[in-house]
Amino acid sequence: MLDANALPPLLLTLRVATLATALAAVPAVFLARLAQMRDFPGRDLVDAVLTLPMVLPPTVLGYYIIVVLGRRGIIGSYLWDTFGVSIMFTWEGAVVAASVVAFPLVYRSARAAFEGVDENLENAARTLGASELAIFFRVSFPLALRGIVAGVMLALARAMGEFGATLMVAGNLPGKTQTLSLAVYSATQAGNDALANELVLLISLACVALLVIVAKIIKPKA
Amino acid sequence: MRISVDIQKSYCCGGREFHLNAQFAVSGNRVVLFGPSGSGKTLTLRALAGLLRPDTGSIRVDGREFFDQEAGVFVPPRDRRIGYVFQDYALFPHLTVRQNVAFGLSPLWGRLSPEAANRVQEMLNLFGIANLADQRPARISGGQRQRVALARALANEPAALLLDEPFSALDIPLRQKVRAELAGILARLDIPLVMVTHDPADVAFFGGDVVRYGEGRVLDMHSAEVMRRSMVKVA
Repeated sequence: MLDANALPPLLLTLRVATLATALAAVPAVFLARLAQMRDFPGRDLVDAVLTLPMVLPPTVLGYYIIVVLGRRGIIGSYLWDTFGVSIMFTWEGAVVAASVVAFPLVYRSARAAFEGVDENLENAARTLGASELAIFFRVSFPLALRGIVAGVMLALARAMGEFGATLMVAGNLPGKTQTLSLAVYSATQAGNDALANELVLLISLACVALLVIVAKIIKPKA
Repeated sequence: MRISVDIQKSYCCGGREFHLNAQFAVSGNRVVLFGPSGSGKTLTLRALAGLLRPDTGSIRVDGREFFDQEAGVFVPPRDRRIGYVFQDYALFPHLTVRQNVAFGLSPLWGRLSPEAANRVQEMLNLFGIANLADQRPARISGGQRQRVALARALANEPAALLLDEPFSALDIPLRQKVRAELAGILARLDIPLVMVTHDPADVAFFGGDVVRYGEGRVLDMHSAEVMRRSMVKVA
């Protein structure tokens, strides 16, 4: 039977990962479209910066988030002084950390998906009087949707497993910011192997399920 | 002059240079751009539609100025009202035949107006594709696809129609039949028609003025009658 201690981290993980993915996906899709469409100076640099969270160590990302959003951070100090709010050591902080880590997965998939859309279809829409906004919503986005959804699923899986950045920003407070991956760490450190086993099994099953769904989405219809 | 084109554009990238330098003006309402592949015919067509912006020159159709580099005029494609039938037809694969034909009449959000829906139905009937209305383009034949592409281009009453190699996507036995069909449809249109082709058989069926292309330049211009006679001589 499921350990009662396994339930809060599971629910928190699902909530954090879903919100983080949603938070990352919308800007990622629009920036991907922008980077694919317009050739502006410094595009490769912007592309590199947006992909950076995929390759940087999560602790480095956590540090960046603290520098920007911490109580003495560039934006964080303003939020703390003006509104008295801070994301440090809150579950919202875990959402921010997970969304930064998940962002490039959506961005890269969406960019590849937009590049895969036949340019002639967008040109056809142009000659039919469609505005660029209409072309995005009625042609490019629907045709790229499969690739975008696959990217969103990968991002969700990545957000569920987030550890390093979350630990730096949100800490490891049981019942408050302790997600599954943090709970596994704590259970192992405390020698609670039974709980660790359960948590590991849970997160593995969830990730396998997500990957199977991604494979189903990517596979073209027969 | 119904159509007058005087455009230049240079491509330098990829180690290979290409200079497009096309000038012609016609007073009839049918023009064939005829020449081998890679001679700049399709580039001219794209410039007419506004999908490509030339470096210099001007483009005028039926008194409307679409492009004039000196005056700084460039009308974007969505405001030109020029129908374009692409070589591969470029039908939207995620939409049904009816949605494809309705595309140019559909608002960004919401449903078609009743008048627009009527217009779409009218086009589907006119082109004999009403029975395919709910099919996706992948499920219909090449000849049917061409009719959908034409219906889509003509649904929002364009001011001119451009056809890029309209038969090259079809099997050779089918071409003759589709040519006859298309001739019937085009005969009812009173807008400027511009067709790109490298197939002499297309030139003979289409009629009008023939602008011959070679290596990015316009070589000469003839009426279709003269062209046909000269080709018979060669044959």
